[in-house]
This record gives sequence, C-alpha cells and structure tokens, in this order.
Amino acid sequence: MASRLMALWGWFDSRMPSVAQEYRKHLSEYYAPKNFNFWYFFGSLAILVLATQIVSGIFLTMNYKPDAALAFGSVEFIMRDVPGGWIIRYIHSTGASAFFIVVYLHMFRAMLYGSYREPRELLWIFGVFIYLCLMAEAFFGYLLPWGQMSFWGAQVIVNLFGTIPFIGPDVALWLRGDYVISDATLNRFFAFHVIAIPLVLIGLVVAHILALHDVGSNNPDGIEIKKKKDANGIPLDGIPFHPYYTVKDIVGVVVFLAIFCLVLFFVPNMHGYFLEANNFNPANALKTPPHIAPLWYFTPYYSMLRSVPPLFLSQFPGVVVMGMAVMILFLLPWLDRSPVKSIRYRGVLYKGALTIFVVVFFILGYLGTEPTNVWGQFGSWLGEADRATVVARICTTLYFLFFILMPWYSRIDKVKPVPERVTM
Amino acid sequence: MKRLLVALCLAVLAVPAAQAAEEGYRLDRAPIDPTDLVSLQAGARTFANYCLNCHGAEYMRYNRLTDIGLTENQIKDNLMFATDKVGDTMKVALKPEQGKKWFGVAPPDLTVVARARGADWLYTYLRTFYRDPKTVTGWNNAVFPNVAMPNVLWTLQGERTLDMVKSEEDGHETAEYKWHQLTPGLQNQVEYDTTVRDLVNYLVYMGEPAAVERKRIGIVVLFALGILFIFAYLLKKEFWKDVH
Repeated sequence: MASRLMALWGWFDSRMPSVAQEYRKHLSEYYAPKNFNFWYFFGSLAILVLATQIVSGIFLTMNYKPDAALAFGSVEFIMRDVPGGWIIRYIHSTGASAFFIVVYLHMFRAMLYGSYREPRELLWIFGVFIYLCLMAEAFFGYLLPWGQMSFWGAQVIVNLFGTIPFIGPDVALWLRGDYVISDATLNRFFAFHVIAIPLVLIGLVVAHILALHDVGSNNPDGIEIKKKKDANGIPLDGIPFHPYYTVKDIVGVVVFLAIFCLVLFFVPNMHGYFLEANNFNPANALKTPPHIAPLWYFTPYYSMLRSVPPLFLSQFPGVVVMGMAVMILFLLPWLDRSPVKSIRYRGVLYKGALTIFVVVFFILGYLGTEPTNVWGQFGSWLGEADRATVVARICTTLYFLFFILMPWYSRIDKVKPVPERVTM
Repeated sequence: MKRLLVALCLAVLAVPAAQAAEEGYRLDRAPIDPTDLVSLQAGARTFANYCLNCHGAEYMRYNRLTDIGLTENQIKDNLMFATDKVGDTMKVALKPEQGKKWFGVAPPDLTVVARARGADWLYTYLRTFYRDPKTVTGWNNAVFPNVAMPNVLWTLQGERTLDMVKSEEDGHETAEYKWHQLTPGLQNQVEYDTTVRDLVNYLVYMGEPAAVERKRIGIVVLFALGILFIFAYLLKKEFWKDVH
C-alpha cells in the first residue's frame, strides 16, 4: 500500500513538480527565526479566521435572502430553523470581531519590532491594504442582517461620502443605487460582501505571504537572520517553518479557539459589542435610533470623525481626518528613522510615544461607542463643551503627532546596542 | 504580557450588560431561569392568551415549543388560537394597518424583543403601567412614557396610579415614584410579579431558543479544547527539544 502511494506520488510529482517545490519553499525549507514569541501567533491566526469566515459565510449564503423584505427574517430562520444555523451565524459574527482583534494585535506586533522597516516596506503596504479591505468587508457585511443599526450605520457611512465637496451627493447616490438605503443597496452590498471584497482580500493575503517569504520574517530582536548563514546557506538562527512553527502554531490555535468558543457559546452578543441590541429591531427608515455607533473596531476612527468641528456647515474635514488616520499607516516605514528596529533596543522616546499611541487609540475606541455627552460638559469657562469631545480632540491630535513627529523622535532616541545573533 | 492579555480578555467578559440602559426609571432585575420549564410553560400560556392577540412572533414556530417540555397535542389544545397547523409561525390576525389605526403604531413583532430590549427592561416595563387620564388609552408607563400599548394584564394586576416627585440636587435630577393601588387585581403583587417573570422568561427563550443548548454544547467544546491543548503543548515541546 505504502509503495503504491509512493508510486502515485512519484507519478504526480514528475508531472507537476511545482507542488513539492512550493511546499519546500514555503513550509519545510522556509527558515524562520527561532526566537518568535507570543506576538507571532497572530499572522497564522488571521489566516485561520479568514478561512472560518469564508466557510461559515458560504453556509450562511445558503439560507440568507438579500432582499429588504426578507433579510431580517432569513437571519432569524438561520438562527431557529436551520439545523446548526445558530452556530454558523455566531461563528461568523464572532469571527468578524475576532478578525479585527487578531489583525490589530498583528499590526501592533509590527510596530513593536519594526517589522515594517526595510526590506519589508512592501509587505507592510500589502498588510495595510488587507486592513482596508477588512474594513470594507465588515462595513458591507454589517448591512446584511437588515436591523436598525445595519440600516442607520450604512446611512451614516454612505453620507460620509456625501460630504465630499461638489461630487459628494452623486457619489453617495451611486453607492446606494437609490436615494435612500434600500433593497438596491442591500443587493449590491451583498455582492461586494460575498464576492468582490473576499476575492481581493485573498489575493492580497497571497501577496502578503509571498512578500514575507521573499524577504524573510523579522523577529523580536529586529535583526536579519540571513546575515549569518552556515556552510549550506541556511541561516544559523533559522528553523524550518514546518514542523517547528506548525506545531507551535497549533498550540496558539487551540488557545485562540478556546477564547473564541468562550465568546461564541456563552456571550455571543459580547454585551452589545459584537452584536448590538438595537440590531434585533428590523430596519426602519422612519425611526432614527437615538444613539448610532458603529461596532467597536471602527470606533477609534468614528471618534475622530465626530471630534472634528464642521467647516462651512460641512462635516468633510472630519471625514478627511478619519481617512488620513488610516492612510498615514502607509507612510510608517519611511517615518521611522531609528537605527534599530525592535523596541527591545529602542530608547525611552519611542517606548513612550508607542505607549501614548496605544492609550489614545483605546480612549478613542471607547468614546466612539458612547454618545458625546457621556462625560458631561465643561463649565461656561470652556463654552460648556462636551468633555468627551475635548478629550477626543486631544487624543486625535496625539494620534497624528505619533506619526508626524516620528522622524524626529525616532532619530534622536537613545538606542541600545543590537546583538549579532538572536536572543532566545 | 501573556498574563496581561488573559486578564484583559477576562475583564472584557465580565463587563455588565450594557444593552438597553436607558435613563429614567430604574430597572428591576428579572429573576428569570431559562432552565425552569414550568416557568417557561406558564410564560408561553400568558403569551398566547394576552400578547398574541395584537403582537405576532412571526419567526417562532408553535412546534418549537416542544423545547420547553410540551407535546404537540398540548400545544394544539392550549396555545394555538390563530391556526391549526403546528408547524406554523406565531402570526397574528391583526393587520399592521389596523394596529396603526387603533393604537397609533403597529404593535411590533415580539420574536426577538428580549434581545432588543433585555429581560430587565421587559420585566420592569410590564409591571409599571398606571392609570393616566391624559393619554388616549387611559394608561401610561413609568419605563416607556406615553407608550401606545394599554395595560393588557390589568385584570391580573389591578389598576394603579403613580405619583412622580421630581427634585433637583447638585444639578442631578432625581425622581421619587409612589405607587397607589386603585382597584385590586385577580393576583396579589407576588403572584403578578411571578406571572410577569414567567412571561419574560418565555420571551427570552423565544428570542434565542437555542440558548440553553448553546451553553451545554459550549461546555463540551471547551472541555475538548482543554484536552487538545495538553496534546498540542506536549507535541510542541517534543519537537522543540532540539532548538537551542
């Protein structure tokens, strides 16, 4: 039996040798630094979540109806009458938030260890495009349950495009396919969510991984393992991805799945952060909810949008600020002028700046989930401004200063000497 | 770092329910128990007799009630007034236009009302109706002021009035609520609270019929992942022995 299988493999291999070649190139002979730590789980976890989103999504489309009159009911049909439907739906809804958690941690890892620095700038750029795609995917998908927050969230975001001077209203009309969010909008958002964006997303993920395997992985020390090779040309500090990191990632996957299932089976709503209570009311164009907030993964940017005062009665400045907040990520590889990559060898300036950046991102994220009067108002000496709005303005400024001042503080920062070989 | 993240995850899980927190009347905690079949059955009876006349539950099938320990014949004999097909959903005979004409607003579908409003809101709302000559129906509600719905359960609860005394202290407005029983109902206060508790218990069940099963499966899944973790960890340790 075994010899027959080997013969079959030999037949296959002689006709398509690229399978074995690619296997060696990307798994058994891809040499990754041996000092990966906890932060390096999130890349493989992102692929896992992408796969579960695609598979659970395929099963959801078998029963979901992209029709304004039927969509809300078809989701409840999945939750009640489709065998195992509720598990599939919760996998997909929990997976959406899990995707952002994993990707945010993955991006933060790159900022910790300078993984976007030369020669990995292109890898980082593909990553930011993936992040943009993910945002689009989440936005289009959120309309599909056709609940109140789906409807009004889409209304708010499409109206953002409507604020663009001169062409805005036409752009918004073109996006909606109607004068209001309607059946036409739902149909096109469905098409984007299940076909267009996932295709682009998968293409970008492939590009991201190819770019990674061409330049090789960074590591927590931020040094290039390819500089020290043995007689066979294998990096001294490298180990084959398979089996070492496949078995290690299995441990990460199991821990991740445990946390994922804890949410899925016990708190699938996540107290309104993963599934909002008001989204269990069907979409109603005549009833504006008193408080519209996007899901948690968009709230830092939503806070920025709200904090920017209108100009000539137009919210466009806020929209620009929000867009810039994401676009500025593309520039990160060229803003960082530090002689070292990893936070381990950086000085107090970068460590301080990164800490402030994280704190500010969390504060903006929190404020975006709440109405602007959540912390009350200042006294008349500050024009009775909303405290939360003032804090959001300060945080937005600090968010941009982290990037704008980076060429300066990263260069003058006192750095520690970087070792020749990786430390375990 | 790992510990910090685990702690963060646990902290997030423990955040108290943030849904449906509205200002105004303080919500009572609904003492519901989704595993109490007797309570769920009592709630289903109240729902079919009092709510289903105006409200529908158009995504809930009658025969799904076998979940809560009823046989199809029991369902047919006791709970089905609008249809004779046990596989039908709980549709209502009242047309939305009629509802709009009679109440000013069409009574909303109640299938997932518990997920939209929360159990505490429903439990408090259904117990805080009072007589108010200023409204069209003659009823008002402390949780949902000027609600279009009259007190459907008034024969059970009796008629009550509410005195609201508003006072301002340090810029914070506080209101004191004083209830007066005008006429007695068929049930005393404890009995009525139990009736509403059972009804809310049922509404929560109807909002997500798989909820109890979900938690049961969840425990098994987490246990299996725990076992898998041991093997995954040992496998990793074995392979990584030769990495220095």
